Amino acid sequence: MSSVAPDLPNGFVVIVKRECATCQMVEPILSHIASATNSLTVYTQDDPTFPSSVSPIHDEDLSVSWHYDIDTVPTLIKVVNGKEVERTFGWKATDWQRITGIADLGADLPAMRPGCGSMSVDPDIVDKLRAKFTDSPVIARTVEFSAAEDEFEAMYARGWTDGLPVIPPTRERVLRMLTGTTRHPQDVIAIAPPDLVELTVEKIAINAVMAGCLPEYMPWVIAALEAVCNDQFNMHGVLATTMPVGPVIICNGPGTRAIGMNSGINAFGQGNRANNTIGRAVQLTIRNVGGGRPGEVDRATHGNPGKISFCFAEDEEGSPFTSLATERGVPLGQNAITVFAGEGPRCVVDQLARTPEELTNSLVASLQTVHHPKLVIGFDAILTISPDHGRVYAEAGWDRERLIAEITERSLTHGSELVRGARDMAEGIPPHLKDATLPKFRPGGVLLTYAGGGAGLFSSIVAGWANGAIGSDPVTRIVGS
Amino acid sequence: MVQSAQTPSLVSSARDILIPMATGITILDPTNESTPAVRQLLARPASVKGLTVGLLDISKPRGNVFLNRIEELLTERGAKVLRFSKPTFTKPAPVDLRQEIATQCNLVIEALAD
Repeated sequence: MSSVAPDLPNGFVVIVKRECATCQMVEPILSHIASATNSLTVYTQDDPTFPSSVSPIHDEDLSVSWHYDIDTVPTLIKVVNGKEVERTFGWKATDWQRITGIADLGADLPAMRPGCGSMSVDPDIVDKLRAKFTDSPVIARTVEFSAAEDEFEAMYARGWTDGLPVIPPTRERVLRMLTGTTRHPQDVIAIAPPDLVELTVEKIAINAVMAGCLPEYMPWVIAALEAVCNDQFNMHGVLATTMPVGPVIICNGPGTRAIGMNSGINAFGQGNRANNTIGRAVQLTIRNVGGGRPGEVDRATHGNPGKISFCFAEDEEGSPFTSLATERGVPLGQNAITVFAGEGPRCVVDQLARTPEELTNSLVASLQTVHHPKLVIGFDAILTISPDHGRVYAEAGWDRERLIAEITERSLTHGSELVRGARDMAEGIPPHLKDATLPKFRPGGVLLTYAGGGAGLFSSIVAGWANGAIGSDPVTRIVGS
Repeated sequence: MVQSAQTPSLVSSARDILIPMATGITILDPTNESTPAVRQLLARPASVKGLTVGLLDISKPRGNVFLNRIEELLTERGAKVLRFSKPTFTKPAPVDLRQEIATQCNLVIEALAD
């Protein structure tokens, strides 16, 4: 919804600015149209006297330019009965001649000349115009800081940050963030734990601004919050647990490349804006809207640094495997996110294996240590294969299904080695399972992904939390608009 | 391109209208804007004799060991004990369970274990 647009007069309307050389070039044309049709109105964006030959109206607050989506000057609009019926921008003689019906208009000028950027799309002022003219239903309470107050310190003092500085969520910035989604600002996306409050698109946008997101990340942030705020993922429990887990966000689809996500060198690490701010926006939203704060509902014994943000994209184009999203039922070409309650990543080194069997044995030996070598079935894990390890599987023709089946088979362990007390370790599975032969993971418990830089014979494991109905299941959601 | 000398100042005056001098900034509240309700605790009973005490097991391992002993001690003191358990310790108690406890019990003890 916009504020009421000023009416355009019938006839021909041209929007110009003196600063634009093309506008100066068409000045005689405007006089020609005025005298030939007697129905020309010229709006000028900068110099109120330009062009003096046609008595321009000064669009001083850029209201006309904003409301009629003027991107380029000059723009010629034909208005009939108060309605726009046709427009052209820049100078293209044939268009101007057709629209005005003046056959020889500008016959002495070049056939075409591009226009200039409208002041109403100047990056320095477009957000101010949007805030001024958009009657957006943003209803959040406003908080005014005094001129003497450092706004960054003030936001720390109110407990709104994750320990790092946040960008002040001004109305202008929040409205710009909302341009990244087609969702209405008051749409309720989810009920946010732990306080079980309605989570609106507007509140997500405010926290996304604070996290440092660009507007085009909004659909990903929204999808991730939809994915964590439900009984299946159990964000409440992920917060409340003493274990070191937080939402790990895996992104799939062509949109990951469109928004510049990192699936290569240092994919889990610092340095990429999308990776780091999408995950951060999710966590800030849970903190500020949901009320989930360390020491309160968040009872983690150690936590992990990924609870600030842990978000990466799969390298689908380089991968020898079908993607995680495809495995989880997402149609090819769709953007999707999968959330997983996970701890920090750990590295698996194997620089010597040259066969898939040898390499899988190394991966399994490391996977067995997830949370405890004698605890099985109860925890899932993300396994991220690097390009150097992936090549071993690609050359041997092992696909996703084969690798998962081999991991399951090679992890089988007799219960006598796993029960409590065995191997001089009190921890272990209950005694009644002593005669069973068990794999490390439940079916579907290994989330195989592919990412990382082109050099390094390493893969990575992210261990999960109590799985299934007792704790958390991974959740996949399509990324909308 | 030829420009009149006054053009730059006209551009900057338009900006001045739209970007006022920085004063204290105004931001939008990132929180849920709610204030938690404060409830007064009920007065502690002088005795548990004749009262119904709910014991809520959150379903952590060995919570029952702790609660069995509590039940013995409460029963010795003349309380009637009802046992309840959450489906999983990782999620809040379901509304129906909370309602059941509230309607059947005078007191409740919730047990954490491990």
